[in-house]
Amino acid sequence: MADIAAQRVSTISGDQRTGLHKLMQRKSTVAFFMALPLILLIAILVAYPAGYAVYLATLNKSMTKFVGLGNFDFLFKRATFWDIVFQSCLFAISAVIFKAIIGFVVAHFVHNIPSKGQRKWRGMLLVPWVIPPAMSTLAWLWLFDPSYSAFNWILVHLGMHGIPWTGEANWARFSVILVNIWVGAPFFMIMYLAALKSVPEQLYEAASIDGATWWQRIWYVTLPMMRNIIAITALFSTIVTFANFDIVRVLTSGGPLTSTHLFATWAFKVGIESGDIPLGATVSLFMVPILAVGAVFILRDISKRGSEV
Amino acid sequence: MADAALAAGTVRPVKYGSISRDRKWALRWSYFFLVLFVIFFLMPPVYMFITSIKSKAEIAAVTNPWWVYSPTLENYIELLSRNQYLIFFRNSAIVSVCVVAVTMLISVTAAFALARMKFWGSATLATGVFLTYLIPDTLLFIPLFKMFAWVRDTTGIELMNHWWTLIIIYPTLSVPFATWIMIGYFASIPKELDEAALIDGASWLQTLTKIFIPVALPGIIAATIFSFTVSWAQFLYPLAFTTSTDQLVLPVGIVTTLIKGDVFNWGEIMTGALLGAAPPLIIYAFLMDYYIAGLTAGATKG
Repeated sequence: MADIAAQRVSTISGDQRTGLHKLMQRKSTVAFFMALPLILLIAILVAYPAGYAVYLATLNKSMTKFVGLGNFDFLFKRATFWDIVFQSCLFAISAVIFKAIIGFVVAHFVHNIPSKGQRKWRGMLLVPWVIPPAMSTLAWLWLFDPSYSAFNWILVHLGMHGIPWTGEANWARFSVILVNIWVGAPFFMIMYLAALKSVPEQLYEAASIDGATWWQRIWYVTLPMMRNIIAITALFSTIVTFANFDIVRVLTSGGPLTSTHLFATWAFKVGIESGDIPLGATVSLFMVPILAVGAVFILRDISKRGSEV
Repeated sequence: MADAALAAGTVRPVKYGSISRDRKWALRWSYFFLVLFVIFFLMPPVYMFITSIKSKAEIAAVTNPWWVYSPTLENYIELLSRNQYLIFFRNSAIVSVCVVAVTMLISVTAAFALARMKFWGSATLATGVFLTYLIPDTLLFIPLFKMFAWVRDTTGIELMNHWWTLIIIYPTLSVPFATWIMIGYFASIPKELDEAALIDGASWLQTLTKIFIPVALPGIIAATIFSFTVSWAQFLYPLAFTTSTDQLVLPVGIVTTLIKGDVFNWGEIMTGALLGAAPPLIIYAFLMDYYIAGLTAGATKG
């Protein structure tokens, strides 16, 4: 572009080197200033706080004394903390697996029907993702209400007992995972649908000519072709689900007792509500490992793409 | 291909073998399961609506929760005639619109610089932008909370408990992804286009406004929708940083003021939640293709 134009200028009149140099310099300076707001935003409001969180985690409760790993030590000795580690892993892993499965299955069904009707179905199926989670979780809270639960009304009319959806530890865990699946599955569906559309039709034709069953077609054609999208969607979702706050906060506030708390909700409770900012920061730092794994995979992916190009 | 399958199924009689019959059944099963999934996915919003048009008495009477015997608009009238809810709505609207404006300003210029005008470290920055998108709000709210206290102590500017503070922090959630989408769109514009403009003597700014922005308009719409929905739905930051009822935005306002203690006025809560979910839903209904383009851009272009 400009380089080429500039090059052409320089070949025409060779002694304009300084002018060329100035131009190049100006271009990169302009570019830098155009990106400056972005750099400042990321530096001040993302990178600095992230580093500051690490520093905060090394202070005592009144933030007057450096305690090193004292907060971590304190957490490791508390049973509640290990419960929360377990709950966060259970929540994220099971939710992501079910979201991926449901998303994959639904994407196939949408892909199966005539394409002129797909838009309508896709439109309806994405609604849970569009509604702000805090609002839709209120609807779930009302569906799970201890005395007016609309689900229990159906169960009772079918002659069964009502379920303590948010009242009993394991049911409450089930409920928050269910709501998370409900919110997140449409995202997987839309990603997989986009991926399915990009699989060349000839591959399926070739497979059926070779006598592949529908299962073999999925296993040997669809899945390998979608591998990248499946991996990246699952990675994203795992990060987001690990860091989830809205659903648990609205649905159970971590209760009963602490049986549905995740890192994020517990960090909020400890750090903001109980006023122990360093301990809250320490808890939230436990979301970093999964983030780091995600970062490594994405960096690898980007550099791979870079070398392919 | 599905069209072809259907056409084959309807035009050609079934006697020609199992393939078309199989496909017909596959189609039927697809519709059957799609209906089941749609019921599961749409049940909560539908139930919101059912509850919102019920009177207090009907909710308390524990009649069939899935049916409305005497529909009424009293919840809507009550909620919309109360100042508080309108203030939440106004705060949310101002914050979201400002955040969209700030986001687009920052991300479009930055994406242009990163996609076309290379400078020292620009490639690293592009990768960094994407990694920033992965850092969740739940990691940053505690240090930000502390930083606000520091700002108050040193400059006297109180950032806590003001809705406009959200305009400063929300861009951290929207800008990285919006920039990423825009880099993708800008990179897909053929270089010949802006080379021609530059040769004709256009400045960089003119190339951006006269060529890049018009050509990448679908991407800009997608990024705008994304920024709007993110700021409209954000729940953690306002919950942590605002407390007075006149400073709250919608999601937090509904959760904290309509649920007071053990008194759940479900008719109003559901009405409030439904009205709060309306703006993103309306945008989605009209601009679905752009919405989905923005959603899938992260993976397909990343």
